[in-house]
Amino acid sequence: MGMFIVIALCSLVISLGFLVAFLWSAKNGQYDDSYSPPNRILFDETKTIN
Amino acid sequence: MTVTHHQIEYYSTKPKLSTNQSHPYMELQKFTYDNKIPRNFAIATIVWGAVGMFVGVIIAFQLAFPALNFGIQYTTFGRLRPLHTNAVIFAFVGNGIFTAVYYSLPRLLKTSMWNNTLSKIHFWGWQLIIVAAAITLPLGITGGKEYAELEWPIDIAITLVWVVFGVNMFGTILTRRERHLYVAIWFFIGSWVTVAMLHIVNSFEIPVSLWKSYSWYAGVQDALVQWWYGHNAVAFFLTTPYLGLMYYFLPKAAGRPVYSYRLSIVHFWSLIFLYIWAGPHHLLYTALPEWAQSLGTAFSIMLLLPSWGGMINGLFTLRGAWDKVRENPVLKFYVVAVTCYGMSTFEGPMLSLKNVNAISHYSDWTVAHVHIGALGWNGFLTFGMLYWLIPKMFNTKLYSIKLAATHFWIGTLGIILYAIPMYWAAFRSYFMMKAFTPSGQLQYQFIDIVQTVVPFYVLRAIGGTIYLLGVFLMVYNLIKTAKAGSFVATEYNEAPALEKVYKAPANPFWHSVIERKPMVMLTLSLIVVAIGGLVEMIPTFLVKSNVPTIASVKPYTPLELQGRDIYIREGCYNCHSQMIRPFRYEVARYGDYSKAGEFVYDHPFQWGSKRTGPDLARIGAKYPDSWHFNHMLEPVSMSPGSIMPPYGWLFDQDIDIASTNSKIHAMRKMGVPYAEGYESEANKDLAKQAQSIADNLKKDKIVISSKKEIIAMIAYLQRMGTDIKTDTTNYSK
Repeated sequence: MGMFIVIALCSLVISLGFLVAFLWSAKNGQYDDSYSPPNRILFDETKTIN
Repeated sequence: MTVTHHQIEYYSTKPKLSTNQSHPYMELQKFTYDNKIPRNFAIATIVWGAVGMFVGVIIAFQLAFPALNFGIQYTTFGRLRPLHTNAVIFAFVGNGIFTAVYYSLPRLLKTSMWNNTLSKIHFWGWQLIIVAAAITLPLGITGGKEYAELEWPIDIAITLVWVVFGVNMFGTILTRRERHLYVAIWFFIGSWVTVAMLHIVNSFEIPVSLWKSYSWYAGVQDALVQWWYGHNAVAFFLTTPYLGLMYYFLPKAAGRPVYSYRLSIVHFWSLIFLYIWAGPHHLLYTALPEWAQSLGTAFSIMLLLPSWGGMINGLFTLRGAWDKVRENPVLKFYVVAVTCYGMSTFEGPMLSLKNVNAISHYSDWTVAHVHIGALGWNGFLTFGMLYWLIPKMFNTKLYSIKLAATHFWIGTLGIILYAIPMYWAAFRSYFMMKAFTPSGQLQYQFIDIVQTVVPFYVLRAIGGTIYLLGVFLMVYNLIKTAKAGSFVATEYNEAPALEKVYKAPANPFWHSVIERKPMVMLTLSLIVVAIGGLVEMIPTFLVKSNVPTIASVKPYTPLELQGRDIYIREGCYNCHSQMIRPFRYEVARYGDYSKAGEFVYDHPFQWGSKRTGPDLARIGAKYPDSWHFNHMLEPVSMSPGSIMPPYGWLFDQDIDIASTNSKIHAMRKMGVPYAEGYESEANKDLAKQAQSIADNLKKDKIVISSKKEIIAMIAYLQRMGTDIKTDTTNYSK
């Protein structure tokens, strides 16, 4: 099952990458505030010029 | 300008941190949002969506009325079905993803897209790829792997455009003015990274000519890689980017924040960690090792939780706002889309249970399952986005809310009319398939089962047609909307810069070079390293496993190899499997169950995923050559009631013997044990075997030149499964 090893390795590498991203995001304080981000996207602040 | 909690933080606390500057981050920077690229992607979504669904309706009717294959090779089911799947997945949903990303990403990050030239390359590159697919697939230019049919030059183009997209997306993220990455962005990032890897690994192929290649993997290995890719294409192309889309457009349309932001984060991370391991559930009861099957099942069942996290979050966002749903067609579409997501992500784990999969695999149940997801989740989410986005970009109101509501009801009816007949057909055919007479004989012929499900195919095609009519209503409505408004090409906004990006006041161009290039380089070098590493790894792993485990399994003869390539070209795998599962009713119908060792020279594997026609794994030596000759010429002559189209051109076209040399060469490179220098002998052997088949046909009063493609096709069909077959009279030799 040679390919299984390749695929498992690829999946692991991707998963580890996601893990690093998750740790970064948590450490970065991305999740400290779970109130304002979902509210902030509701406000459109653009000025339109045709 | 709305000042939120997060921004107040900047004004009140951050300036204290640096006293030697004139608080550059407090200064509002002006920037633009480009609407042209998302508008173009939206138009492409609509156009390709209509085309892809129209092809879907055609092939749905073909299954009920074979005359609609028109006897032309370019319009047969086997070639059009890949066109349909590629068009709706990569053209319709693909452009839908890009519409959502190019519209939402700058707004979520308070910045312009990083590079407008890259945006344009991305847009036109992707459309060119789609056009290339639309031309090559009907021509029979295909790699023969489901959902990854496109040939190697197009595969390379896809990789390049995907990298352009990634560089542009990460460039935008790195130059953002909003520190927090909204959950939708995480979904986009996860999708991009994983799709890149899946596409690269699954597309390893060895070119034989400009438009022909062989998958680098063979048999079980190829099946495993293909379904790892195939399942994750569903996961990371049809699901995660669309969850990102949902998390932006659903709250926007509802005018309220997502039900639980915390839940969205938890379900995002758990979803991407689990999804990638679920692929083997597509290969239950096949020749894949048992433990790999169980692994796939276990992860598939776990997937129910994060999937439903998304569904609950989407639906609960509308809690207490159902009055809005009554009036707003956009929200109507979203409610059904999210409900369909919930249904198909409940059904998915259930289908991964082996006992349920025994019923559903190869049947119309799978077709119903994917269409609940495709028509409901992807389709309706896309329609909702377009009904919301087009009026906004054209600075006007939707032309007709009534018409949009009509579209909603028509579309919903279409989905129901599509799915129910398919479920019904699946169960009826299952019970017929496994029915034995008291004396232990199979009660029904395969053709009896085909005849039973044909009426359901008609209903399904009508359901699909109704759904498509709804799309046309939308096209009319959106054109009217666009005409009534005037397009807002650019929107302006202002926001303070992130502190980190502006440590020193600087010329924006200068800093962009310093700040952004390393990340771009990193992205590119990661891709190069990944490809390089895989090029090293894959052959090493595969050389050993190419040693056949069954001594009697031999490589295909040159004629059989050519025949197999015709089989792939005609897309036979779209209706015929080559994998007999170890059930009494399958073994009794098709012959001994399939063994992993039988497929070691199959580049690519052709196990298939749907039995509209019978399994062919042991078709070899079952019928005389003349039967196959007549059957390919006019299927109903040998099998009354068959819905298979005739393949008349195989009797006119000559076998492409010029390619034999390079095909044998490529096969040997991948470990198929053709003797060194066999290339020069191959066509002699081919001619000899072809002549013997032609002679054989002559005995049955059929006169045909041994050079015709049908001869190669017969050679391949008569070979299939015979290496380890012992119990039948051999007609062909």
